[in-house]
Amino acid sequence: MTRTADADRIVAALYERAGTLHRTAVTRRVPGRDLTPVIDSILSSPLTGFPLMLLTLGLVIWVTVAGANYPSEVLARAFQAGERVLAAALSAVGAPAWAGGFLLDGVYRGLAWVIAVMLPPMAIFFPCFTLLEDLGYLPRIAFSLDAVFKKVGACGRQALTMGMGLGCNAAGVVSCRIIDSPRERMTAILTNVFTVCNGRFPALITLAAVFAGGAGAGRSAAGGGAAAALVVTAVVLTGAVVTLAVSWLLSRTLLRGAPSFFVLELPPFRRPRLGQVLVRSVLDRTLFVLGRAVTVAAPAGGLVWVLANTSVGGSTLLAHLAGWLGPAGAALGLDGFILAAFVLGLPANEIVLPILLMSYLSTGAMVEVGSLEALGSILAANGWTGLTALCFMLFSLLHWPCATTLLTIRKETMSARWTAAAALLPTAVAAVVCAAVAAAGRLLGVG
Amino acid sequence: MASDGLFRTGPRAASGSHPVVALAGNPNTGKSTVFNALTGLAQHTGNWPGKTVRTAWGTARHRGRLYTLVDLPGTYSLLAGSAEEEVASDFLCHGRPDATVVVADATALERNLNLVLQVLEVTGKVVVLLNLIDEARRKGYDIDVGVLAEGLGVPVVPAVARDGRGLPELMDTVAALCDGSLVTHPRPVVYPPDVEESLRRLEARLAGRLPRGAPLRWLAVRALCGDARVLRLLAGPAPPPGSPAPAGPAPPPGSPLPSPGFSPVVRPRPAVSRTSPETKRSAGP
Repeated sequence: MTRTADADRIVAALYERAGTLHRTAVTRRVPGRDLTPVIDSILSSPLTGFPLMLLTLGLVIWVTVAGANYPSEVLARAFQAGERVLAAALSAVGAPAWAGGFLLDGVYRGLAWVIAVMLPPMAIFFPCFTLLEDLGYLPRIAFSLDAVFKKVGACGRQALTMGMGLGCNAAGVVSCRIIDSPRERMTAILTNVFTVCNGRFPALITLAAVFAGGAGAGRSAAGGGAAAALVVTAVVLTGAVVTLAVSWLLSRTLLRGAPSFFVLELPPFRRPRLGQVLVRSVLDRTLFVLGRAVTVAAPAGGLVWVLANTSVGGSTLLAHLAGWLGPAGAALGLDGFILAAFVLGLPANEIVLPILLMSYLSTGAMVEVGSLEALGSILAANGWTGLTALCFMLFSLLHWPCATTLLTIRKETMSARWTAAAALLPTAVAAVVCAAVAAAGRLLGVG
Repeated sequence: MASDGLFRTGPRAASGSHPVVALAGNPNTGKSTVFNALTGLAQHTGNWPGKTVRTAWGTARHRGRLYTLVDLPGTYSLLAGSAEEEVASDFLCHGRPDATVVVADATALERNLNLVLQVLEVTGKVVVLLNLIDEARRKGYDIDVGVLAEGLGVPVVPAVARDGRGLPELMDTVAALCDGSLVTHPRPVVYPPDVEESLRRLEARLAGRLPRGAPLRWLAVRALCGDARVLRLLAGPAPPPGSPAPAGPAPPPGSPLPSPGFSPVVRPRPAVSRTSPETKRSAGP
């Protein structure tokens, strides 16, 4: 092949010229003290690198969980106050009851849940992530994990796209652009949903606090926080294991091919510029993701309200849906209402738990959870056990991506078929894992 | 311009009558820092038409004049064929920026010069921003900026972009390049004689197929490296002399660029031994 031979010689000529220029223009004095190689050997050694990585992950999750609590409460209270003002305004203009119900209990509360629950963790998580990026730590994570990903036929940079997915799967899918090989990029896109996103963290954290923290009995919210962070970290790691397993499967079936080389530059460690980190992560990531979540949550809230308030044959449409999904839910260790909540939560994962509570309480509108104890007793009254909570968490971790993510996948892959695969593949994984766990749990008499 | 439609919705359309300045550079050289410092919040982001490559463009003001800055994707090369490299190469070839800034990392200059030399094959209106010059000094590198500029044939501006140092000088140089008061004399890379001979033949064949002023030598280099789009252009029929020149290898305005899809990409790989010690390469299969 003369063509490739020419390409090699052209590249060689370019490098030679660069080398000559470099030699004539640059002289090197005795180098100053440079700690970068020392730090790098610590960070990339398997003995110390992996524990440090887990520690960083746990720390970021804990900071996000602990830090988001208070601002979330403040926002929720502000939205409640806003709701009273709006209700007064609606009755002042003489709006009919159904309009008030649809707009306030449906659209407004849907929006309020998403913003109050999602904005604080994102506003903490994204700057943390950008900070690690700016510091120069993230490329080193990709380098350390490259060997692992290579074994399953994927690209080391997938570790970075997964990290981004912790913030938001849609953002994670977009970040897959950093992977050059189309095959490996597709693997990363299809498996990104196995990384728990901010929309799912609140439900996981709440359930972890209720069930891992002994159903909230005599535990302070702060004490439960650490236990919850541990359980949630375990769930995140399970997602990573599933990501590797599915990547391995894909590289041997749908996306066959050899792993590609990639040149990964380890930039020097730099002092991050705090101001710029904040501005860019808030502008580029937080507001961008929030804007998209809000545009799907508002109509979804309205739809759920209609379903919960329209009765056909004595019970609401929501109850009909739950009854119809009941057998499938039971097989997965869940129940019909939980599965219905996941289906209706397609637009945004953060409304799954609110929809579920609404169905259990038959209030016809999404509720604000008063306390962990109250939540625990509501769930227990509806037949929840530890096994149900475990299956809920696993299903939340593994099920189909939210509508925003699916739209993003459609845009990124420019293919309806790959988008369908991105929805069906995780659903199949979730079904298999949950059914297996539920069956095993019942066999052992846990459920 | 034949390929203006390619950027109808992008930076070209936004530029109005301001000079267009492209920002190229390796990843992690501080290119985005330079871009953010020069444009502030007057910037827009979007996708390159038909590509899943992020682009950003913005407006910079310098001595009362406005400039449209286009932040090209960070790449190590313009030859390999990833989507990012195609976008950067296409914009330099067909977007015809009035000036191009190549941001180079002074602490890893040799690897960065590789991209500088490739950009110089496309356009001569280049200024090299030698960023992170303070870090390079701390690491013990003494860089003779004059010798470097002489060797490249284009101006070189040392800078510490995160503190804003060197950026006014950069914009002065950019302004001089845009208004024509500064003319550069880039020194082309000399390839082995038989490669040069092939390039001359390809340039002659390309000349009849492209509008006047197209970077023929660079497109010939890409053809020799197996660039599918330039090869397709060469395989097409040569127009009779005197007929209007057809569009470049870019597709007609409005049509999406061909997606790389799942076809294997032949990429020339830089030799590992030549990269700087900071570049690590993952183990091959």
